[in-house]
Amino acid sequence: MTDIPLLEVRHLVKHFRVGGGLFGGGSGLVRAVEGVSFTIQRGETLGLVGESGCGKTTTGRCILQLERPTSGEILFEGHDLVPLGEAELRPFRRRIQVIFQDPYSSLNPRMTIGQMLAEPLAVHGIVPDRAARAARVQELLRHVGLLPQHADRYPHELSGGQRQRVGIGRALAMEPSLIICDEPVSALDVSIQAQIINLLEDLQAEFGLTYLFIAHDLSVVRHISDHVAVMYLGKVMELADRKSLYDSPLHPYTRALLAAVPIPDPELEARRERVVLKGEVPSTLRPPSGCVFHPRCPIAVERCAREVPELREIRPGHRAACLLA
Amino acid sequence: MAIAQAPAPELELEVPRVRSRWAEVVRDFCRRRPLGAIGAAVIVLMIAVAVLAQVIAPYDPLGTNFGAMLSPPSAKHWLGTDTFGRDVLSRLIYGSRTALLVGFGASVLGATLGAILGVGSAYFAGRVDLYLQRLMDVFLSFPLIILALALVAILGNSIPNLIMAITVPMIPRCALVIRSSALSIREMPYVDAARAAGFGHTRIILRHMLPNVMAPYLIILTAFLGQAILLEASLSFLGLGVQEPIAAWGLMLRGAAVEFAESAPWMAIFPGLAISLAVFAFNLFGDSLRDALDPRLRTQ
Repeated sequence: MTDIPLLEVRHLVKHFRVGGGLFGGGSGLVRAVEGVSFTIQRGETLGLVGESGCGKTTTGRCILQLERPTSGEILFEGHDLVPLGEAELRPFRRRIQVIFQDPYSSLNPRMTIGQMLAEPLAVHGIVPDRAARAARVQELLRHVGLLPQHADRYPHELSGGQRQRVGIGRALAMEPSLIICDEPVSALDVSIQAQIINLLEDLQAEFGLTYLFIAHDLSVVRHISDHVAVMYLGKVMELADRKSLYDSPLHPYTRALLAAVPIPDPELEARRERVVLKGEVPSTLRPPSGCVFHPRCPIAVERCAREVPELREIRPGHRAACLLA
Repeated sequence: MAIAQAPAPELELEVPRVRSRWAEVVRDFCRRRPLGAIGAAVIVLMIAVAVLAQVIAPYDPLGTNFGAMLSPPSAKHWLGTDTFGRDVLSRLIYGSRTALLVGFGASVLGATLGAILGVGSAYFAGRVDLYLQRLMDVFLSFPLIILALALVAILGNSIPNLIMAITVPMIPRCALVIRSSALSIREMPYVDAARAAGFGHTRIILRHMLPNVMAPYLIILTAFLGQAILLEASLSFLGLGVQEPIAAWGLMLRGAAVEFAESAPWMAIFPGLAISLAVFAFNLFGDSLRDALDPRLRTQ
């Protein structure tokens, strides 16, 4: 039992059909996620990084079953969620929760914080008794560093950081095993970011949570993750433990990303070696042939345009999808 | 590593709670939208008149007095009498009950059912949305009054049936407006959060989406109130609405009022004015409410 990973994603594919409509014609296929596989062990944090539009959020939404995957398997404790109907999914919904990026639109403006935290407790019968529920709401508020009187507030009466704490509290209320953190700090001030990251780490230690941490900020991911997956155009380019990925990246895309991180020291920053990628991210409507990264890759050779690189183990525990690695 | 229980410094900021939020909203509305406030005042007056009809009406609205047939406005009969000697003012006062009953009944029912259909259609999306919207299009292809006429002809004309007949053509119009707001609400992360929490469809629609389309709902409601009153008057005028001897404004414009339009114009003028005033008041109020609730116009 213990060797079954908490979450295993196998060859996840999500395509969106665009255009077309009633009379067909002119329709296209957005290949948002194209064969993504990874595993997350219980109690670990997997960081999922990539530029906007690379499919990292869609991957998260597929795991949450907010989007139905086009194909692939999502194994939660060994159970595949993809073929399940809405009713069969309900027990799993409790176990997988989400924290959203935007603390403003992720809270219902017409509900008080207390109602928001109590609702899942009532609906799932976690705390059926009304008085006990109020006590549990207070406990949740304390866990996420809010005050008891915040229960009567509406979201518009709170600051961005406080709202994000409410979002975390709402996820915690379900007593989940896995939390998908979809860029939970990128909409916050830098000073608040650190508080939220610390809160997430403390909660992980206290409740044994497992995180899928989606972000585009490499330094934040480095801080919180045990393993890191780098995505580009719907595919995983590199997957390794944190140290190995940051210290010796194998994929040219990862190297370019890491080279773009500014160093908070003007002298070092001035001498920093930069890898500037040419061109723009290609459209997911028409991904490039072969390795999707080859048109922008600084070391691409002729066969990169023909052969699709598999994600293969290059060093123990360090996988990269590059023909030249 | 920080301790989770220690409240962050930003949390110590106390937000002052506004006590009488409603009083402030009302005052603000009156100052910024005087026309809307006038509309609201007329509406409140109408409601008061309708409620207190028994107290303020000088005569029985059904009481005939053949000695005072077709008498012009005077101190005794302020707005004159009709062909049966019934007091026009009293009939107008009682007529406001019919107008408001049918107006509120039809628009509250129509807007509410339309809102639920609209939100449901937006929430379920896909096929459900497509079929529901095409069905709504079928209803929308009939002019308001034609559909209402057809329904009265089928149902027969009592006041509840009249309300039904006006409600039905209002539903698709409301569903259309509410659906477009609900479509943007559906994409909100808090709706995703509710889905991820495994809440049922009914809960998500009623608790998470419907309260967030309240602004367009209220606007639609007030806009339809005026229309419903006008529609009731039109149906009564055409003889398919309220039946004699019940006091209703549309009915008062009909029959004898037309025959004696030149010799006794007060019979038609005053009910006509009452209809115009009511519809005008509701429309003014509705427009101002729309402006007041529209966040893009709020900053002016």
